[in-house]
Amino acid sequence: MSLVHLTLADAIKKLRAKEISSVELTKAHLEQMEKFRTLNAFITETPELALQQAAQSDARLKDGTARALEGIPLGIKDLYCTKDIQTTAGSKILEGFIPAYESTVSQKLLDAGGVTLGKLNLDEFAMGSANTTSGYGNVLSPWKPNDGRNLPLTPGGSSGGSSAAVSAFMCMGATGTDTGGSIRQPAAFTGTVGIKPTYGRCSRWGIVAFASSLDQAGPFARTVEDCAILLREMSGYDEKDSTSAKVDVPDFTKSLIPDMKGLRVGIPKEYRMEGMPEEIEKLWQKGITWMRDAGAEIVDVSLPHTKYALPVYYIIAPAEASSNLARYDGVRYGLRVEGENLIETYENTRAQGFGREVKRRIMIGTYVLSAGYYDAYYTKAQKVRRLILNDFIEAYKKCDVLLTPATPSAAFAIGENEDDPIKMYLNDVFTVTVNLAGLPGMSVPVGLSSNGLPLGLQLIGKAFDEETVFRAGFALEQAAQFNALTEMIKKAA
Amino acid sequence: MSIDSNTVRKIARLARLKVTDEDVAYYGPQINGILKWVEQLQDVNTDNVEPLASVSQIDLHLRTDIVNDGNKADDVLRNAPEKMEGFFVVPKIVE
Repeated sequence: MSLVHLTLADAIKKLRAKEISSVELTKAHLEQMEKFRTLNAFITETPELALQQAAQSDARLKDGTARALEGIPLGIKDLYCTKDIQTTAGSKILEGFIPAYESTVSQKLLDAGGVTLGKLNLDEFAMGSANTTSGYGNVLSPWKPNDGRNLPLTPGGSSGGSSAAVSAFMCMGATGTDTGGSIRQPAAFTGTVGIKPTYGRCSRWGIVAFASSLDQAGPFARTVEDCAILLREMSGYDEKDSTSAKVDVPDFTKSLIPDMKGLRVGIPKEYRMEGMPEEIEKLWQKGITWMRDAGAEIVDVSLPHTKYALPVYYIIAPAEASSNLARYDGVRYGLRVEGENLIETYENTRAQGFGREVKRRIMIGTYVLSAGYYDAYYTKAQKVRRLILNDFIEAYKKCDVLLTPATPSAAFAIGENEDDPIKMYLNDVFTVTVNLAGLPGMSVPVGLSSNGLPLGLQLIGKAFDEETVFRAGFALEQAAQFNALTEMIKKAA
Repeated sequence: MSIDSNTVRKIARLARLKVTDEDVAYYGPQINGILKWVEQLQDVNTDNVEPLASVSQIDLHLRTDIVNDGNKADDVLRNAPEKMEGFFVVPKIVE
């Protein structure tokens, strides 16, 4: 067995017991990165830095000053600013941008002893659901369908580099960000675990902004426990982010008890979508049975405004994005394409630096915020957003956690859904409500589709109750015994 | 409501994006498709509903009014496409 097949939790134990060294573990991951380089999961690899950090970790492990993640090789989504390491946000407009500072969350991982393997590919400015909008090429999933079609599959998006790297065992865990489903959908597509915590749980400081009222950082890993360890280290109040919450960070690993006694699991009827494949419905039913078998009480609930979540999202997110992305003007950092005058310099720079998806969203955002349309679109969307939040508040009077499908289908081929933006947006139909309401949501792999691709279920918790999400996720993981990822990668390697 | 190609050009201008005729032909139908799709929100009764700008329930706190950061001119200018003697350089604005 290669060292890369260890879980993060086991690697921590073996490092502390001196059965393995961080340099060995890091080298094994660097080799795996080379083996799977064709997936294009990394934009920037930092092997020298990784080995240097690993050696420092080994010294600490030796002298008894090891920290929580000492010597664990991790990947960082290239939306997190990393000091002295290129940070692109997947956009050509930021090519060559070298931050002078480190994002709070990545700094926390460094302070916990994490080893940085490099910066992971993503959709441009995290706008996309297939990792096909990156300025640095598509990311491929290590998964192949078993129906004989040899089509390259999407690892999901926007955190496609993170999901591909974790599912191909190139890193033990990775950071992602989730604005409408960008952690949970790629996790579901690749058979990995991903959690978007409550809005405010992790600091957004130093993470390139997309839609500030929706963006949240979160981890990817291959087990629920590994995600719990990573989220514990990533979370916490930060005075540099005025939306970060001053609440205690529990040790989420303490919630991992495979027993749901005394908990009520809500099943929202509106998540039974028209045209949803039967296998998704079946899997959901299976999940309900597993929850019941683990001792949970199953409760039917209603979230009546669910179908309006995507249209609300595609007004609010572009509106916030058009404001946030105004900063890319070719003056202070990033690309500059000169024009005859300043305005033309702005227009040339942005026309050349941004890709099509980003430009479309900036234009929609600009339109819905413009004089005469603001109330009809933007204010209306914010009002419906309130109703979506109220739906959840009502539902949580009857239950403690919700169980839903994570995605309406398994991973699709790269190039599919590209002709029609709305079709692509529908990927996020089960995840986007959670961002609008600011709640924690986790995707857990539980089975395979008819063509042998992973499928996930989603758990949605109350605000700042990640503990129940982890408890339910762990129970689901124990019941599902999803081993297909490890089998797949051993065959592929 | 449907927007015409002049409106697409106007939006692009507001967003400081240079667009070609080809771009206008490409984005126009897509933007219209999305605007038509979001019109379903008009079906929702939102009388007496307060708009929700953020779920964050944190009151912004005041901190002591002291300088706690600064002297980072080199860091600030580090990624500038063009700089000179501690300044960003931009195309001439005043004739």
